[in-house]
Amino acid sequence: MPLIRTNADLAARQAATPILSVRDLTVDFKLEHGMMRAVDGVSFDVRRGEVLGIVGESGSGKSQILMAAMGLTAINGRCSGSVTFEGEEILNAAPDLLDKIRGSSMSMIFQDPMTSLNPYMRVVDQLTEVLVAHQGKSRQEAVDIAVEMLERVRIPGARRRISLYPHEFSGGMRQRVMIAMALLCRPALLFADEPTTALDVTVQAQILDLLNGLVHELNAAVVIVTHDLGVIARMCDRVIVLYGGRIMEEAAVDDLFEAPRHPYSQGLMAATPRLDDNTAHDLRTIPGSPRALVGQINGCPFAPRCERRIERCTAETPALLRGAGGRAAACHLVMP
Amino acid sequence: MAETLLSVRDLKVHFPIGKGLLTGAKGTVKAVDGVSFDLKPGETLGIVGESGCGKSTLGRAILRLTKPTAGTVVWLGQDFFGLDKATLRQARRELQIIFQDPLASLDPRMTVGAIIARPLRTFHPDLKKAELDARVKEAMAQVGLAPEMMRRYPHEFSGGQCQRIGIARAMILRPKLIICDEPVSALDVSIQAQIINLLRKLQAELGLSLLFISHNLSVVRHISHRVMVLYLGKIMELAERDAFYANPMHPYSKALISAIPLPDPKAERARERVMLQGDLPSPLDPPKGCRFCTRCPMVQDVCHSTEPPLAPRADGRLVACHFV
Repeated sequence: MPLIRTNADLAARQAATPILSVRDLTVDFKLEHGMMRAVDGVSFDVRRGEVLGIVGESGSGKSQILMAAMGLTAINGRCSGSVTFEGEEILNAAPDLLDKIRGSSMSMIFQDPMTSLNPYMRVVDQLTEVLVAHQGKSRQEAVDIAVEMLERVRIPGARRRISLYPHEFSGGMRQRVMIAMALLCRPALLFADEPTTALDVTVQAQILDLLNGLVHELNAAVVIVTHDLGVIARMCDRVIVLYGGRIMEEAAVDDLFEAPRHPYSQGLMAATPRLDDNTAHDLRTIPGSPRALVGQINGCPFAPRCERRIERCTAETPALLRGAGGRAAACHLVMP
Repeated sequence: MAETLLSVRDLKVHFPIGKGLLTGAKGTVKAVDGVSFDLKPGETLGIVGESGCGKSTLGRAILRLTKPTAGTVVWLGQDFFGLDKATLRQARRELQIIFQDPLASLDPRMTVGAIIARPLRTFHPDLKKAELDARVKEAMAQVGLAPEMMRRYPHEFSGGQCQRIGIARAMILRPKLIICDEPVSALDVSIQAQIINLLRKLQAELGLSLLFISHNLSVVRHISHRVMVLYLGKIMELAERDAFYANPMHPYSKALISAIPLPDPKAERARERVMLQGDLPSPLDPPKGCRFCTRCPMVQDVCHSTEPPLAPRADGRLVACHFV
């Protein structure tokens, strides 16, 4: 069932203390030919029971936000700013602290289950590791909990199949194993990086439903990163539109889809072919292609492709202005 | 009525599996298992289905890039599979293909100009350099690439531009049919829209026919005149575009369409979904009777024993189901 999002619900949630606070997060990578800024001053909050979507195209930095928060930034990357989990600073934190949080209250679902499950380990060992290590369960208790979780994600014959290796599962089943693994510690905060992009649509529909039900039940905070506006519409309460490592717009999901304000959000929506659209006209396009992130630029990252660009856009980076109803936009030409 | 450009009859492509030295073949994957359709000049046929449904194999078998097991392909009245090598080569000039991964389908050591000119040089080795260059520039202009980029290499281009190079290479022999195998799946949304519009424009201006293979039903809607739904190597439904999207008839078509999340949160919440259970069965061991019977919400006893024929319905579409 879809989540029920009444205005009262949303308002109550916004009043609660955020579980995750990201402030002015910047991620730089050292490359052969200089520095590349992948994430450039991103700030947002997520509260329990809330599903936040981050949408953007390749190179927008959307995955790097999650990697930085999880302490998984590649070795040539450097993060600055602040990420707090339940009030505790976790950006660039010591491995001990990160291990403790990642195993017990924060977990992540990756896009490609084949490359994020260990091919040499039976599923049962990968699933029970966290329970034995972090919660002091006995092996047998841990196996029982793991089997129960596999049943919850509707893997038929879970007790038998838990002893298989990842390659013995189909793509959809592997993704279920990953979801089970991420939810095993009953996390308070879940990151999902393109959780269904590698799957066929009929399987995607099953997985999204499953995810929706489970996070609702756990009352977890969820951050979903995707390029698919359909997945955002289906799953999220609030949306951040990212371009060139910066937040272009932030809004409640209904507000954004009803009236996107930033020229990039507008372009992205108009360029998406819709199943229920009339097809007589060409799709609207955004000229050019997403920028290669090399070095720092002045001005709005979207300016080179923006049809409404004025001189100020290339000279001065627009700040993310917050307005009424939780809306925010970073554009010299629109008010949030 | 325009003449038929391409006529495919009962096409089958079967792959033997596990052919070990001592064990022999363990079985066959029937990737395409009896597909028939006609294509008219200037028409775009969208071929949709999930992974393993045989849509790419179908495209490759029509070009004889994959050897078909049985069936016929008639191209402009000529039996394509009966042709000898030399005649096949000549006939293939008029059928081109573009691939999913734009960068992987371009030779990294060749300049863009050389890549685009290659088919022309193969078929017209006597062409003068000036003429060759002129044709390359014309093809580049057609797909929206600046002719000055001729001397650059594929890695200097973005994904969308690489796909334009692939299209220019397919266009340069002025083909009648282009098989597009997931041409926009690897591209970002904003770039995907540019390529869809380009293909639409080329088709309208030049009267090209397209076989547009894709898993994305929203994209297919924007480019196709007719839509074919494949499931485990068989046609489930073949219908006119508008009729198909307004009222998909086969239970699998219904499920496919209803599984796609709409970019509209209010519509999403109001939607009734046909939710399929389970995964695609293994193509090594497809279900008996109707291939969709293991996941079909309307399944009856007869579906497990008898395969439904692909039969015409009142509005002319073809549907393979006992109950619609």
